[in-house]
Amino acid sequence: MASTTSSPNGTSPNGTSPHGIIGRPVSRIDGPLKTTGAAQYAADFHLTGTVHAVPVQATVGNGTIRSLDVSAARSMPGVLDVLHHGNIERIYRAVPNDPSATVSETRPPFEDNRIYYWGQYVALVVAETLEQATAAAAAVQVEYSAETPSVNGELEPFAGKWHTVSSRGKVDDAFAAAAVQVDQTYVTPVETHNPIELHSTVASWVGDSVTFYESTQGVVNHRNAMAQILGVPRENVTVVTRFLGSGFGGKLFPWSHCALAAVASRRLQRPVKLVVTRTMMFSNVGHRPLTEQRFRIAASADGKLVALRQDALNHTSMVDDFDEGCGEATPYLYSVPNLTVTSALVQRNVGSPAPMRGPGAVPGLFAMESAMDELAVALKMDPVELRLKNDATIDESNGQKFSSRHLRECLETGSAKFGWSRRTPGVGSMRRDGKVLGWGMAAASWGAYRFGCSTTVELGADGKARARCATQDVGTGLYTIFAQVLSEKTGLPFERIEVLLGDTTMPEGPLSGGSWSTATVLPAVAGAADNAIASLLQIAASTPGTPLNGVDAKTLRLTEGRIHRSTDAPAQGVPFESVLAAARLNGVSGDSTSGSAFEDPKTKALSMHSFGAQFVEVEWEPEIARLRVSRVVTVIDAGRIINPRAGANQIKGAVVMGVGMALLEETVYDPRNGQPINGNLADYLMATSPDCPEIDVTFLDYPDYALNSYGARGIGEIGLAGVAPAIASAVYHATGVRVRKLPVRIEDLLQSEIREA
Amino acid sequence: MQSFSYSKAQSVDQAAAAGGRFIGGGTTLVDLMKQGVETPKMLVDITGLPLSSVETQPDGGLLIGAMVRNSDLAHHETIKAQYAVLSQALLSGASPQLRNMATTGGNLLQRTRCPYFRDTSYSNCNKRNPGSGCAAIGGHNRMMAILGTSADCIATHPSDMAVAMTALEATVHVEGAKGKRAITIADFYKLPGTAPNVENALEPGELIAHVTLPAPRKGSKQVYLKLRDRASYEFALTSAAVVAETSGGHIRFVRVALGGVGTRPWRAHEAETVLMGKPATAAHFRAAAEAALKDAKPQSENGFKVELAKRCIVRALTTATA
Ligand SMILES: Cc1cc2nc3c(=O)[nH]c(=O)nc-3n(C[C@H](O)[C@H](O)[C@H](O)COP(=O)(O)OP(=O)(O)OC[C@H]3O[C@@H](n4cnc5c(N)ncnc54)[C@H](O)[C@@H]3O)c2cc1C
Ligand code: SF4
Repeated sequence: MASTTSSPNGTSPNGTSPHGIIGRPVSRIDGPLKTTGAAQYAADFHLTGTVHAVPVQATVGNGTIRSLDVSAARSMPGVLDVLHHGNIERIYRAVPNDPSATVSETRPPFEDNRIYYWGQYVALVVAETLEQATAAAAAVQVEYSAETPSVNGELEPFAGKWHTVSSRGKVDDAFAAAAVQVDQTYVTPVETHNPIELHSTVASWVGDSVTFYESTQGVVNHRNAMAQILGVPRENVTVVTRFLGSGFGGKLFPWSHCALAAVASRRLQRPVKLVVTRTMMFSNVGHRPLTEQRFRIAASADGKLVALRQDALNHTSMVDDFDEGCGEATPYLYSVPNLTVTSALVQRNVGSPAPMRGPGAVPGLFAMESAMDELAVALKMDPVELRLKNDATIDESNGQKFSSRHLRECLETGSAKFGWSRRTPGVGSMRRDGKVLGWGMAAASWGAYRFGCSTTVELGADGKARARCATQDVGTGLYTIFAQVLSEKTGLPFERIEVLLGDTTMPEGPLSGGSWSTATVLPAVAGAADNAIASLLQIAASTPGTPLNGVDAKTLRLTEGRIHRSTDAPAQGVPFESVLAAARLNGVSGDSTSGSAFEDPKTKALSMHSFGAQFVEVEWEPEIARLRVSRVVTVIDAGRIINPRAGANQIKGAVVMGVGMALLEETVYDPRNGQPINGNLADYLMATSPDCPEIDVTFLDYPDYALNSYGARGIGEIGLAGVAPAIASAVYHATGVRVRKLPVRIEDLLQSEIREA
Repeated sequence: MQSFSYSKAQSVDQAAAAGGRFIGGGTTLVDLMKQGVETPKMLVDITGLPLSSVETQPDGGLLIGAMVRNSDLAHHETIKAQYAVLSQALLSGASPQLRNMATTGGNLLQRTRCPYFRDTSYSNCNKRNPGSGCAAIGGHNRMMAILGTSADCIATHPSDMAVAMTALEATVHVEGAKGKRAITIADFYKLPGTAPNVENALEPGELIAHVTLPAPRKGSKQVYLKLRDRASYEFALTSAAVVAETSGGHIRFVRVALGGVGTRPWRAHEAETVLMGKPATAAHFRAAAEAALKDAKPQSENGFKVELAKRCIVRALTTATA
């Protein structure tokens, strides 16, 4: 995969960075720990006395447990306990709608004898070794009264109640009267999160307190939810996630296995390790739900949008109301006077869906941007031109101003970098090296958020700066963001900076989701560093026997780790650690808590989003129906990029995920029992290295100061938005086949009337 | 827990007499043991046997030891130069790590990827549990076979290597209690019929010692083409191995074998018959492809394989005769 990255506006608008560490493409401070295997992920915690838990999964997709015989399993070597609905103590439900304690599944494990989906846990075997537990789990005998599960992949006809997400004007009238109309239904399949790290819990109960070594994207939420579920005070629960092998949203909120491991540990008073298998990951820890979206979109003959209507269904489980939110980006992306977005849920015998990278917007944009492409074809208009013509200047869903919106520049820059002007619109009209080329594009968007965060920064007598925060680095580079801010504030090199994250004993930080981590932590860590430095300077100004004693602290600065007068060069100052030593202090610290953008009067009245444009080339060999994505140009407007290296990595990874979404990924359920039948990494296809196109990433790098003083938004999800519709549009351009149901398969491509290149 | 014994065979005779289950690279066997599909009591590790060389025979043919790793075979100079279809087939299969482990003998005997075969929670699989029925029929069947299926089994033979060896008309040399036998690859693999549990001509305890390839056909061109959803690391939806020789624009010799579509590596005799002596034209290639697939019986989800296999044959023939 060849790739390049650039930031045309990447000068330092913040101006506060003495050695330009903000916005510099630095490598991750935790890289060496990961490449040497020293980084401890949840399952790497081997506590003394650890025992192993293995769940038993239901082999029917709908029904009740008629009998459950654990006698054989109980008598097997090493077996310590077998838990099931008949013998487990109460596991409480989490308080509904408590945003501080969200869970993935409403129903706690083993609540009753009902089976709602294939693979649901029906028993848990705990044994001295993993092998013993696995063998005994296989020996648990369960009989079911089974009914045929409903895993139907079609959501229409739907007779239930629709809920209006957004509405303006008179959409149906405007649609009916419009010159050009598109009315189509788009389907995105169930996709399974497949982070490389399996979901893992090590629960260690000692006395009244429990510690979780967890694979979670939210240590604080996990602690709060576990306290409710286990019926213990929050302060008795500690959650540690030092490193995460990613989660893609699947690890945001606790799943059944977490509570089961804790209950087993409480019963045995020994640490319990439970690692969910890859196959279990396909049924028990979430998925992006099936979506079926009807789009009606209409324009005047010259391409001005007049009506846009989206009616989006997504499937959910029998016991959870998971709303994918496919209407996320629809109301504000384009200027259109008449708009309605509705949504509804359809129950299926599947485990609870979960947010997956770019929930709502990603499947929603597949539908909307595909419909836009169809409209462009119907109008005989260039698809970039159509987007430019309908660019919005304000958020028409609520009349708010955008904090910073550069969609137009994304489209224009992408178009230029891709060479879009050389595109000929005819289907199959472009050729290269005996292959047909297809060029497609789509716009992208994702929300910009900032939540509350507390951080402590300490300047130590050992000459180091340390930050602490109960948030977690899910593999995206958050450790390094903290280090960059500390380095900027203190002038210390990374070797003298320590960042401690992922432990609920630290000040509370955010959940890692929604692309809000960077924007959320920046103000808190900067504020805490400022406070720590202010204390340090006070001490320097008042410690007898040190060179700056008696100087007005306001005139002192900390640069390159040295305290000096603002009128002097840093070299004329003193190392800060020597001042601390003279003052007989172990260190000074500063705390800071920053608030949520939703409560901030400055931001409450603004519409805040990131934007992007995706340009895609596919190569198509009609003779053998072989299609590959060869080139992607991505332009991202996501505010100021703090670390372009980690940032580009996020975007490239997302583009590759988009290739998988467009062409490969789909969880298939056996209609007879509801089993995800391709539940392994050989049969569930994700993009491999040879599937990776050449990727060119550009960050526009316009700071969005409404969100924080650095102007940073977030980049974890925006890179995936728009990739699949751009690919589907390129597929149409190459083959003439309009695929409205992902993934685009060879089956679809064989319908092309173009038989040779 | 399923316990088993493990020993390392010191000689071919000892291995053949051991009465255990052979383990080569283990990339099929260990996987299936973990799934509970294979439950051998005794594993006999044969990787130490002196069967890892590739030697040219006095008749110009090639002798391939059963322990030769897939990677080594694919990159062997003679294979690359004279049996290119085999090298290409090997390199299209699995991943580099798997190919480094996998052996020639083990590859021939790899088991189907039918998901219902690999999951013991389905009691109905005739291959695993003779007489129990077939869960794949009426289930998820996109990857299943369309040629050589029966009412009792529709599982695809997954090997790429064996498809190339079928086109090359290889012979499998085995040793066992009854002594040494040579079995042509055509006779080696069995159709499922009413006994899908019997996959090949091996007697219990027989060891594959070698595979021989006939002398390369002078002037022939060889092509292996594999079509699949993603660019690597996926079993074939359909594949074609072609060995062809043309002169004066006419086809003088041709062998066509198909993968991903048959219950065994599929020799397309009908296609060969259509092509022999005919001009190497697109029309004849298509006619050959039609002939090869005329008996195809698709399931509910894999009807597309019929057309895809045809196109695969046409493209492979086109390349091999260009
Ligand atoms: C994820 C994955 C993807 C794959 N993709 C592909 C692919 O795309 N194409 C493809 O062709 N293959 C693919 N494979 C299969 C792979 O090629 C086989 O697993 C491999 O070739 C088997 O060789 P082995 O030596 O490891 O066999 P083993 O696992 O050691 O043995 C397999 C079987 O053969 C028996 N056996 C082994 N050697 C002998 C012998 N000398 N005599 C008698 N019996 C013997 C064993 O008892 C066992 O029953 C894939 C495998 C995996 C796991
Ligand atoms: S196709 Fe064959 S292997 Fe698969 S379930 Fe049916 S009998 Fe078993």
